[in-house]
Amino acid sequence: MDFDLTDEQRLLRDTVRDFARKEVAPVAEELDRTKAFPYELVSKMGELGLMGIPFPAEHGGGGADTLSYALAVEELTRIDSSVAITMAAHTSLGTMPIHLWGTDEQKDDWLPQLTSGSRLAAFGLTEPEAGSDAGNTKTIARLEDGEWVINGAKQFITNSGTDISGCVTITAATGDGDGRKEISNLIVPNGTPGYEAGEPYRKMGWNASDTRPLTFTDCRVPESSLLGRRGDGFKQFMQILDGGRIGVAAMGVGLAQGALDEAIAYAKERRAFGQPISKFQAIQAKIADLSAQIEASRLLVYRAAIEKDRGDPFTLTAAQAKLITGRLAVRATEEAVQIHGGYGYIEEYPVCRFYRDAKILTIGEGTDEVQQMVIARQLGC
Amino acid sequence: MKICCLVKEVPDAAVEKRIDPETKRLDRSGEKNLNPFDTHAIEAAMQVKEGGAPVEEIVAVTMGPDSAVRALHKAVALGADRSVHLTDAALEGSDVAATGYALAKVLEKESPDLVLLGQQSDDGECYTIGAVVADHLKMPSLTQVIKMDAADGKLTCERQAEYGYDTVEVELPAVISVGDAINEPRYPSLKAIMGAKKKPLDSHGAGDVGIEPDRVGQSGSRTAVLELRPPPQKEAGEIIEDEDTNETVEKIVVWLDERKLI
Ligand SMILES: Cc1cc2nc3c(=O)[nH]c(=O)nc-3n(C[C@H](O)[C@H](O)[C@H](O)COP(=O)(O)OP(=O)(O)OC[C@H]3O[C@@H](n4cnc5c(N)ncnc54)[C@H](O)[C@@H]3O)c2cc1C
Ligand SMILES: Cc1cc2nc3c(=O)[nH]c(=O)nc-3n(C[C@H](O)[C@H](O)[C@H](O)COP(=O)(O)OP(=O)(O)OC[C@H]3O[C@@H](n4cnc5c(N)ncnc54)[C@H](O)[C@@H]3O)c2cc1C
Repeated sequence: MDFDLTDEQRLLRDTVRDFARKEVAPVAEELDRTKAFPYELVSKMGELGLMGIPFPAEHGGGGADTLSYALAVEELTRIDSSVAITMAAHTSLGTMPIHLWGTDEQKDDWLPQLTSGSRLAAFGLTEPEAGSDAGNTKTIARLEDGEWVINGAKQFITNSGTDISGCVTITAATGDGDGRKEISNLIVPNGTPGYEAGEPYRKMGWNASDTRPLTFTDCRVPESSLLGRRGDGFKQFMQILDGGRIGVAAMGVGLAQGALDEAIAYAKERRAFGQPISKFQAIQAKIADLSAQIEASRLLVYRAAIEKDRGDPFTLTAAQAKLITGRLAVRATEEAVQIHGGYGYIEEYPVCRFYRDAKILTIGEGTDEVQQMVIARQLGC
Repeated sequence: MKICCLVKEVPDAAVEKRIDPETKRLDRSGEKNLNPFDTHAIEAAMQVKEGGAPVEEIVAVTMGPDSAVRALHKAVALGADRSVHLTDAALEGSDVAATGYALAKVLEKESPDLVLLGQQSDDGECYTIGAVVADHLKMPSLTQVIKMDAADGKLTCERQAEYGYDTVEVELPAVISVGDAINEPRYPSLKAIMGAKKKPLDSHGAGDVGIEPDRVGQSGSRTAVLELRPPPQKEAGEIIEDEDTNETVEKIVVWLDERKLI
């Protein structure tokens, strides 16, 4: 078993680590406080090739593997979750379906602007009545005179309404009859009449990332907007979610690590009863436990990524990784706040933001309960 | 014009440094990275090239074990066109004079118009390799350069001296060590990272560049490390709570006066 990263993976990880510390860290608090989308950072990440890491070079991507992508997501989340989710949702939810199933024309149209980060892509699966039960799609697309006419609504869609959002890939019922059986994916460009991204939500965390409800009212797109085969939508989104979990799991590890970094630094500085609090056994136990759990989870995430890169089945490992890292991030950020005492409750300290940013990781891209279902099913239950 | 950049692999800044008491050498296990000062040297080379000077080639040169190849990969990802790795068991344990001699032998073979290097390494911190290399190559040398303009076969450099700045003109070829104020190194792009291994890398043993075996390695080094000690622990400072500002000022003045600092 080889635990070493390749030179390229290390170099990318170190570069993103450096970038996150020097470019993201100084603005993270302000972006969060003002709920401002990080346009400048996205543009810089685009220049460095971080907005298209796992896509082929011929389409402007980095030509790197899933593990490289996971490393980059981890390092970004270690400093700021909003920036990380913007990149991760754009990559594994937004751009990936077009890369996997797009026609040459669709790829030529979209991939260069997406992989360069000049445009963002979103993935619209969740609906008011279709969250965990994502197949319960109520959005309907009917083929009329060579156009899809879309009606319906989507909920909680990341990257959908920024100034640089290019398109959203949505699931819609395209079946005849009652229109409920057949689900397909359609690419809808921003600016298409009848497609509206609503006001951003007021969220608990991920404040600098863009999340909105979408409505489609007699929204017409050309027949050629169909992504992949008609009726493949269910299979496609299951596959997208499988891969997406690796990125979200990398976020969990990164956030937990970021919380631990802050906790250790603070514990060494802060003095009580005449000594640094890092000398107290109770504080040391927290730090030691977290570091052990983070290291174990990290290995699981990397393994899921490596399985995917090798072309092996990775559904089980990815779901396991997502399940344990989400919980770990929640616990790690809570402990980091605890180690900070009252200061941890104050926004000047990053752990305060980390704590708010953590909870979504047990919910987004499949709740913990959904991961448990996926895992149990994989185990034959 | 051909620019050679000397680059060194050093323990990552985040790794706690430890000295091996047996060998009296730095424990170099754990994460390593390209010496941060050397990234400034490469950036300086890139800026000379991008500034319009006719630079045909930027070559990264290192002396070090197998793992040092990673430092070269980073160097080419940052913009160098190719790299040279001097590696040989005979070189292990070389001191500054021996290292500088060995590097000079590689450089002789390359015959660059400009040698750029970081002013100091993050681990050895001797600040001397530039001078040693320049001496062997019989080239003029400047240290702690923080501004550099290339024109008509000459460089105009600004040096960061202790009490101000020197502006010095130097004829090429020359050896210039740069300070970190000289520039803000770029990040390597993912494309450059993925392409790093495609750039040529030559590996030389000591004999390949005419290094005389008795002038390198532990036996060829005429310095020996006798003892290594960690720096003394700093005493905890005294914190004066500011309850009444006049009183506080008084206390600080008394404190400074006791120590003959005012
Ligand atoms: C900030 C943010 C960003 C998001 N970004 C996107 C995006 O870009 N694209 C997108 O499509 N979606 C996105 N989502 C949606 C997210 O994926 C869903 O919120 C999530 O999948 C849960 O769906 P739901 O909210 O409808 O919860 P529900 O499905 O209503 O779940 C409610 C509770 O019931 C539990 N539950 C449901 N079914 C079962 C069951 N069978 N057994 C046991 N328990 C069950 C759940 O685990 C949960 O605890 C985002 C959400 C947020 C908050
Ligand atoms: C206590 C102690 C223990 C040491 N133990 C070891 C050891 O175990 N193993 C070991 O290899 N060295 C060891 N060294 C380092 C070695 O003796 C010298 O420090 C080294 O040869 C070069 O000096 P420097 O790194 O301090 O150079 P500096 O003069 O500080 O470096 C200036 C610049 O020179 C260039 N440069 C320096 N070294 C190289 C190189 N090898 N290749 C390319 N460019 C270079 C870089 O551009 C660097 O920025 C030790 C040094 C000390 C002080």
